[in-house]
This record gives sequence, structure tokens and C-alpha cells, in this order.
Amino acid sequence: MSSPVTATHPHASAGVGGARILIEEVTKRYPGQKKPAVDGVTLEIPAGKIVMFVGPSGCGKTTTLKMINRLIEPTEGRIVLGEDDVTDIDGDELRRRIGYVIQAGGLFPHMTVAANIALVPKMLGWDKQRIAARVDELLTLVSLDPEVYRDRYPKQLSGGQQQRVGVARALAADPPVLLMDEPFGAVDPITRQRLQDELLNIQSEVQKTIIIVTHDFDEAVKLGDWIVVFAEGAEIVQYDTPERILAHPANDFVEGFIGSGAGLKQLSLTRVQDIDLLDAVVARPGEQTSTVLRRVEEAGHHHVVVLDERQCPIQWLSRPQLSRLGSIDTSVDPNLPIVTCRSTLNDALDNMLVFGTGAALVTDAHEKFVGVLDIETVMKVMTAARKKMAGTKPADAPLGLNTGAMATVPPAQEATR
Amino acid sequence: MSAPVIPEITADPAAATGTGLRGRTPVFGHMKPWQALIIQPIAILVILAVFTVWLLNADLTPTEATTLSPGALWGYTVEHITLTLVAALVVLVVAVPLGILLTRGPFRRLTGPVLAVVNIGQAAPAVGLIVLLAFWLGFSPRAATVALILYALLPVLRNTMVGLDAVDPRLVEAGRGMGMSAVSVLLKVELPLAIPVMLAGIRTALVLLVGTAALAAFVNGGGLGLLITTGINLYLPRVLIAGSLLTALLALLFDWLGALVEHLARPKGL
Repeated sequence: MSSPVTATHPHASAGVGGARILIEEVTKRYPGQKKPAVDGVTLEIPAGKIVMFVGPSGCGKTTTLKMINRLIEPTEGRIVLGEDDVTDIDGDELRRRIGYVIQAGGLFPHMTVAANIALVPKMLGWDKQRIAARVDELLTLVSLDPEVYRDRYPKQLSGGQQQRVGVARALAADPPVLLMDEPFGAVDPITRQRLQDELLNIQSEVQKTIIIVTHDFDEAVKLGDWIVVFAEGAEIVQYDTPERILAHPANDFVEGFIGSGAGLKQLSLTRVQDIDLLDAVVARPGEQTSTVLRRVEEAGHHHVVVLDERQCPIQWLSRPQLSRLGSIDTSVDPNLPIVTCRSTLNDALDNMLVFGTGAALVTDAHEKFVGVLDIETVMKVMTAARKKMAGTKPADAPLGLNTGAMATVPPAQEATR
Repeated sequence: MSAPVIPEITADPAAATGTGLRGRTPVFGHMKPWQALIIQPIAILVILAVFTVWLLNADLTPTEATTLSPGALWGYTVEHITLTLVAALVVLVVAVPLGILLTRGPFRRLTGPVLAVVNIGQAAPAVGLIVLLAFWLGFSPRAATVALILYALLPVLRNTMVGLDAVDPRLVEAGRGMGMSAVSVLLKVELPLAIPVMLAGIRTALVLLVGTAALAAFVNGGGLGLLITTGINLYLPRVLIAGSLLTALLALLFDWLGALVEHLARPKGL
């Protein structure tokens, strides 16, 4: 069943990352329809990035996606995957090199979880041991215990678990590219958020090129490195980073699609780890307050952060508080505004407001103290971000334009916008 | 006329898509499937035993004794089963591939005309069909077999198509999307998922065939129908009853075998 080409495909190099995709002047016409469903789209998908296709229903985003793995054959144009022109190669062979995830996972109900995941490796002629090992590895990757879930049938899983298995199945043969068609459309909002976070975690590990079709702009902002906003006929209205689309929607259409609260959505874009934090004077339990106070005065600060032996912040004392104490004790203040590096600015601001502090202590993934974030810094970052976004597109911005009859923006103008 | 137990035809999609056993045997509706599967053969055996005892103790006329001798009964039964199975085999070989073909993209537009033609075979009265064919093909088991085939095509064809159509198209897309060929998706996804509905159609066809095969005797086709026609013509009620009873028991037996296969072949995980 497997051709020599696929059999020797280098799966061994797991985490090798994604491949670049180039959609070149692709058009799809259906017989009996005047307007093409997709009209002369040229789109570059950078390797190892998540690109979101958003747009109203019927705009051609799903058709564009399905033309990449040729589930829908393009009428005109070329598809380039990595270095290979795949426009004319065997469709089945192509699709074994591209992971595909649909709504609710699309698991085969009459096969166990393991059998579902093993489908593509089997087609590629892997031996049994290698497949079994890969199944367990993938189940672990999507946070499902192999011992528990391997032999279950899809019906015995929750919607979220089915979706995870769907992702595991798509990743089975370690394809460089993952296409996802409304992957989180059929699960409840809380599960959806968790699945989105998990996808980001998985992506940080596997670094695939991922294209996700969605009609949910918030999902696009959360997951996307880049967002393509489509209008009818797969007209690319804007292809940009989430930040820039939020700050500078190309026109009323995009603005309408973003909906209300663009400013608040921006707060979710930036994570605390992307910001330069303030230094703080630190102290240990047992130190004399007089020496600590001197250090604080020398640094020109007003507070001192007390760390325990694991570098976790346990107290946050002001100068007046310090001067009232003799020495620093080991008690832990339960009401500290602590945020982690992975938190969004939204979370951080929320913390500051709840504790009424105007600043927050930042810890890393192991709860070690790394610095202080105050409200002024947040404001400065937001202002700078807005200014920066007013400038031109970043130099590494991928290409996206329409060459069809309905293209409204000439390429030259697009590039400088 | 002979009135073997013929369950309702499962040709309409709503009934066909229902889960086989629950939809087909309302009498056992509140039982677990395997309980119904055990009760049915026991009932068949009990009735058969009562019949045998009655036959051995009955005060038969010489004509009756000849007609109802164990050797003769066995011969009629074998003829009957042969008629049924040959027709069923041809129906399977024709209707299942045809049903698959009619659910593939380009052939879908032929669905209407083909079903209309097949429907004629089903709608025409079985007696009329058999007799008309006999005038064309001669009064022989062959004519009877052809008539039976025409009669049983519809449930199998219809349920094959309904079963395949009921498979979630997104599963087909998922299969193609991961690089399975169209044939591979058909064999590994569509057919396994359609099997319960297809088997329900085959089971219906088998039961129909057993009943209709009783009419073969009109055109010199043999089978248990001979007992019935003889019983009527010569006014031998005991022969008539024996023929009707054996036909009914045979229909029940085939129904049970069908149910058994449905139970065993049902894909796990559904």
C-alpha cells in the first residue's frame, strides 16, 4: 500500500518542525456557478507557525484549506509544500503527509482509539512495535493516559477527549503540516479553552505548520501567529498578526468581524514573559530589617520582596512596614498578587485590581521569583505596541494576495499597507 | 392460501436504520438481544417436536402417509431451502454491489430509475410474477428461482443504499483526509458501519424468500408448497397443515439465523 517514497519518509526526526506552504494563484470554480468559490488566491504559510483562516461562512476559507491537501482539486494554480510542487502528485499519497483534523475529531466509531491513531502509520507500512510505541507517545502528548484510553471506543470518550484523539491521529506519522477545519466547534466553551491551551503547548513542542479554519475571531487571536481574514470568494482582506489586525483593521469589514472590545482583546495578546520586568530588592527570612532598609533606600525602592529558600515570594513589605519589624520572619502572606510568566496582561491587570496593589509579583514556571510588573509598565507596553503597530508590516510578513478578477488591492499597495 | 410468518418489510429507511433486533422483533422488545436469540430456536424446536409427535400418532390415510413420510418431507424441505438459498445468493451478488455502486458519486443519479425498476419486482403480486415468468421460462424450478430473485432484490438493495448513506459523511471525509483511498474508505469505514442495516435487509429478504418459495409449487418448482397445493387440491387438511407449518418454521429458522449473524457481525463500539 505504501509507495517507496512514503516508506522512506523521514519520520524518525520527531519535532523536526513544519514545512512552508505556498498557494499560488489558486482558483476553484464549480460547474454551474458563475462566481468562483475561490478566486485567484496567493498565500504563503510560513513554516512552523499557526495561521488562522477566519471569515464569514461560505467565504471560501474551508475550500481553500481543502485545496491544500487536495480533498478539493483546484481548478487553476499551484500548491507547493516545502520544496515540492504537490499540485499533480497522487492525492492519497499527499494526504498521508498532511495531518487533518475535523470537528469533533472525526474518529471512526468502530475502531479503538489505538486503531484510529494507527491508521496512517499502518498505511505507511510501519511495523507493529513502532506503531504501538507511537500510539502511546501521542496519547501522552495529548494528555490521555495510554493504559486507560488505548483500547476504548470513541463512544466511550467525552467530546474533548475525542478531539484530542483526533489531534493525536493527525500527528501520528509526524507530518510537517496540520490542517484543522473548525476543530473546536463542537465542544463546550470551557473544554474549548482547555483544548486551545493544550494545542499551544503541543505546538511549542512539535513546531508544525498549522492552518486552522475558524469563524471565531477570539480563537483566531488566541491561537494564531498570523490571521488571514477572508471575504466572499476567498478574497484576502487582511493577512497580518493578531496584534496588527486588532490595532489596524484593514477596513470596515474586518472591523465588523473583530466585533466589540478590540482593545480588551489586545490585552490577551501580550504575555507577561514578553515584557521587561522591574527589579526588586529581595530579602531572606532572618535578616535584620536595618540592613534591608538600607539596601532599599540605596536602590531608591519602596518595597522589599521576601523569598524563601526555593526563591518563592512569601512576603512583600513596604518601607514603613519594614521599619516596624525587628527581623524578617518566615511567615507566608497568602494575599500576594502573584502572576506567572505565561499569564496574559489581562490576567495580570485583573490580579492587580483584585489585590488593589497596582503591581504584581511575577514568577516563572517553577514558582521562582523573576521580577515585578507594575501598572505603569503595562500602560507603557500597550502604548508602545500601538505605536509600533502603526508602522509597516514586519519584514518577515508572509505573502497573501488575490490575483483573481475580484482582487481589490493591487499587490504593491498590499505590501506597504 | 399459505400464510407463512412474514415480518414487516424493512424497506423504508426509518425502519431500516433502527437497530436491527429492537426494530424487528417487537414481541421481545423488553428483552436483551441474546434472550430473544435463545427463545426463538427453542420455540421452533418445541413446535417441531409437537408436530412430529402428532404426525407419528395420527391416523393417516395411505395417500397422506406417502406424502408425509419422513423421506418425502425431507426432500421437500431440501428443495425449499435450495430454492431459497440459490435465490438469496444471486440477490446478494447482484444487489450489494449494485447498492454500493448507486451510492458512489457519478452513479447517484441512477438511483431513482433503478429503484423504480426494482420496486416493480416487489410490488407485483408474487403469484402473478411466478406464473408469468413460468410461461416465459417454462414450468420449472428455474422460473421459480428467477421470480424469487426479482422479489427479494428490493430489501437488500434498498438497505445497502440506506446503510451506506447513513454513514456520517464527515467520517468519509476524515478517511480521505488522512490519505485513505476511496476503496479503502469503502472497505474499512463505510461497509463496516453500514453492516447492521445491510444485514437487516438480507434477513428480511431471506424470510420473504422462504415464504414466497412456497409458491414455486404452482409452476412445478418443488418445495414445501407442494404439500400445500396437494392439501388444497385433494382436500387433505393434515397435509395442508403440515406444509404450512413446516414453511412457517423454516421462515422462523432463517429469521433466527439472520438475527444471529446480525448480532455477531455488528461492529464493536457502536
